[in-house]
Amino acid sequence: MATMIPETSMRSMKKTLVLIAAAAGLALTAQPAAAAGGHGYALRNGNFSFEGPFGTFEQGQLQRGYKVYREVCAACHSMNLMSFRTLAEPGGPFYDADQVSAAENRFVKALAAEVQIADIDTETGEPIMRDGTAADRFPNPYPNATAAAAANGGAAPPDLSVMAKARAGGARYIYSLLTGYVAPPAELQIRPGQYYNAYMAGDLTPFMPEGSEHVPPGGFIAMPNPLMDGQVTYDDGSAETADQYARDVAAFIAWASDPKQVQRKQSGVGTLIFLLLFAGLTYMSYRRIWKGVAH
Amino acid sequence: MSDHESTYVPKTGVEKWLDSRLPIVRFGADYMSLPTPKNLNYWWTFGGILALCLAVQIATGIVLAMHYVPNVELAFASVERIMRDVNGGDLIRYTHANGASMFFIAVYLHMLRGLYYGSYKAPREMIWIVGCLIFFLMIATAFLGYVLPWGQMSYWGAEVITNLIGAIPVVGEPVLIWLRGGPAIDNATLNRFFSLHYLLPFVIAGCVVLHLWALHHAGQNNPVGILIPKDRLKKDTVPFHPYFTVKDGFAIVLFLILFAIFVFFMPNALGHADNYIPANPLVTPAHIVPEWYMLPFYAILRAIPDKFGGVVAMFAAIGVLFVLPWLDTSKVRSMRYRPAMRTFFVIFVLVGLGLGWCGAQLPDAPVVPGMPSFQLFDGQLNSYLWLTRLFTAYYFAFFLIIMPIVGLKETPLPIPATISEPVLPGGGDAMTAAAPASAEKKG
Repeated sequence: MATMIPETSMRSMKKTLVLIAAAAGLALTAQPAAAAGGHGYALRNGNFSFEGPFGTFEQGQLQRGYKVYREVCAACHSMNLMSFRTLAEPGGPFYDADQVSAAENRFVKALAAEVQIADIDTETGEPIMRDGTAADRFPNPYPNATAAAAANGGAAPPDLSVMAKARAGGARYIYSLLTGYVAPPAELQIRPGQYYNAYMAGDLTPFMPEGSEHVPPGGFIAMPNPLMDGQVTYDDGSAETADQYARDVAAFIAWASDPKQVQRKQSGVGTLIFLLLFAGLTYMSYRRIWKGVAH
Repeated sequence: MSDHESTYVPKTGVEKWLDSRLPIVRFGADYMSLPTPKNLNYWWTFGGILALCLAVQIATGIVLAMHYVPNVELAFASVERIMRDVNGGDLIRYTHANGASMFFIAVYLHMLRGLYYGSYKAPREMIWIVGCLIFFLMIATAFLGYVLPWGQMSYWGAEVITNLIGAIPVVGEPVLIWLRGGPAIDNATLNRFFSLHYLLPFVIAGCVVLHLWALHHAGQNNPVGILIPKDRLKKDTVPFHPYFTVKDGFAIVLFLILFAIFVFFMPNALGHADNYIPANPLVTPAHIVPEWYMLPFYAILRAIPDKFGGVVAMFAAIGVLFVLPWLDTSKVRSMRYRPAMRTFFVIFVLVGLGLGWCGAQLPDAPVVPGMPSFQLFDGQLNSYLWLTRLFTAYYFAFFLIIMPIVGLKETPLPIPATISEPVLPGGGDAMTAAAPASAEKKG
């Protein structure tokens, strides 16, 4: 009978573990890449303040982004999951430390009052239009999806409520797409009502002359370039450029897609500190309980 | 272990009264005092981790069900409403969604541990079989749950998977309609999936009780893989509590750290972005993929050119696990003493990861872009299709060919007579003297 564990067996087990861990890590990181697919450009880095475990939103940027959404995007895109009051929740663009509640925030109430909401008169039951309140959802630019599609050449503009979660790359993707209306190669056949965008998903091979060596990255999008320099007035001195608008509205949509993300990350830091301390204590208990037991 | 005598003594009158009618306290107490091999390493902590995962999924799921609306028009928005307007709802929902991934990480490691150390062999076959049943129920539950947010991947995943049933000859079509509650995936489908998604976790919990009962009866395996002789029971085992409650507890806290990193900082990293697009039966996503933990089986499904054949292969990939105890011909449990088998095991783990990788790729895509290739039957040789087939062949060969043959042909290394022997000179008799030094070495 052997009296020792073969050294090689322990070593090989450890090696196996390292290999497995490395392969698992690779598999995890590879999945989003596969999902994004294609051979497009790398997404543009918007230097967003909210990325990373400690990142937070810049309130000024969220306010500017909301302004861009309201003045430009909202003409065609709904945000059905957003209520005006959400804009005043902690971390939101109009949060004010002195507000009684999000629904009582004066900026949000004023912004909501500017829109007209279809309702029913509580006395007569007749359909009426009334001023919006903080509790109302953002108004939908179209009465229904069919109308939205009919007004836009057959493709309804997507709802933007969770857009940053619905595209690989999130805010970076939105920023890249909005600034991705570069000049297409001359030989690309573009159908009417379509626009070339370097970051749109798609495969342009069928639209290039037969045997083309360099098929451009990107795809066709039904939305024309929505942002022009000087289109939206900023009153905080930020640059009024299409690039800045794209960056700001991408930040706003990233916030709106998950309005609690910053609070969650902050509680995450506390949770991890607690768990690390707890792990240390549990390990010391383990060592103490097993003291004197050979194993 | 199986002859583990109860040491529970009811103290108060109430306890005595209860013990003679329903000895439930005794059951718990016996579990806590269960003699447990003291050489169990950290691979043995995943049982406790999995119990935690199930409890977390049930607890968060019950709260989610209070707010979720199982209706095709409202389901997507109701899930988002939970994350926006329900107190702590974002944490509850993300914990539940990532909890499924954590559950599968733990169950795969738990199963690989069982495979490596031969925990499925006599007298523990029933522990393994009930475990396989739990794994199968977990897959079903996870699939049903993934449909509930009613995003694009929910809808199209349900479409692809239920369509598989339709591939069964003769009865496929009627069964498909019966499962979906109609000719297409619609409100009736969502409602029954919600109902079943709430039911199955409790079936799993019931199976967990059977799993633990069988474990209590047959006793735990250990890294050396030998049965502990009766006369060594005192020397080679320690009571489950506090020795393994504290060791499992430490591993659980480490696992929670990983869990928390996902929930708090990257809650959507393991999901697919398309599932945040509301389900649309008229728009097929460019690339329908299941959640990561199903990718290996999805790859096997796609590896077979015939649809029904693919379904059979996919179910066979899980089914083969149930008969594993009778496919392994080796008398030695632990692969520590089976160097040849250990090599095949390492390849098996890499193949499993490879299948998962292939499941996320388009079958026609080249594995090495630009490498010259040629058409082999129905696909280019340099494609994920053929790589998947190679891996699938190994997956089945591992269980059906390698296991039976290697078990008969190999020469195992010498096996220690006791579990203390590999660690301690003198087989653990000089226990106290050797303690300080050997406490540094973990199992």
